[in-house]
Amino acid sequence: MNLVFYVSAAIAVLSTALAISRVNAVHALLYLIVSLLSVALIFFVIGAPFIATLEVIIYAGAIMVVFVFVVMMLNLGEQAAEQERRWLSPGIWFGPSILALILIGELVYILGLGGFETSASESIGPKQIGIALFGPYVLAVELASILLLAGLIGAYRLGRRESVAAAPRGEGT
Amino acid sequence: MTAAVVPMEYGLALAGILFVLGLVGVLVRRNIVFILLSIEIMLNAAGLAFVVAGSRWGQPDGQVMFIFILTMAAAEVAVGLALVLQLAQRFHTLDMDAASKMRG
Repeated sequence: MNLVFYVSAAIAVLSTALAISRVNAVHALLYLIVSLLSVALIFFVIGAPFIATLEVIIYAGAIMVVFVFVVMMLNLGEQAAEQERRWLSPGIWFGPSILALILIGELVYILGLGGFETSASESIGPKQIGIALFGPYVLAVELASILLLAGLIGAYRLGRRESVAAAPRGEGT
Repeated sequence: MTAAVVPMEYGLALAGILFVLGLVGVLVRRNIVFILLSIEIMLNAAGLAFVVAGSRWGQPDGQVMFIFILTMAAAEVAVGLALVLQLAQRFHTLDMDAASKMRG
């Protein structure tokens, strides 16, 4: 189990360093997704399986997909074709694929260890998190919902096209 | 599962390294997409520190805080990417220095 932690930590640091040093945004996003997956594996190892699931679904799934969509929307038309051609070259996918393969090897190794009768004192499941979330932290949950609503309205207001946004009140934003 | 065999210091050190990497990304890059991406790295590192510290004492509070960080990251990335789209529409570039003037 220690070995899984160390390998995941090394992959997380390596892929994060690669992510912030890429030139192409999509390549950086690929490395960042690998980094988030390795952090999810670390969560799993240190006894937070529910958080590991949330990390994969929301961070590596939803938030990164939004990033990828925006990067694709920003893609300017004329150089899109040869950029697409360069993206499809196998060398680009090599690095993230190797790191992801190591991660899935670790996951298979953990599953092969067996013994998932987790003692409740060590691994914290969704039930305890839910009890804590809607017990002492219920006010923070309400605040989080207000924050999400503000984010929704802000994204809707800012994300509109310039011609639509500028019509009613001059410059807008 | 033999949880908590990993010393807490190592997890916190990893969170610190990831946070510093994100900070370096914010400071070095001038592309706004990379700056947002580095902010995500920093938020994730902060959440990792919370979860590691929470699992050290076997309390769910650290994971609750991670859920709040996740919520904030989702709201932040929605507004931030909308700002990226606005920047790209107005200045036709992703350079942060193009928007250094706070006027209109």
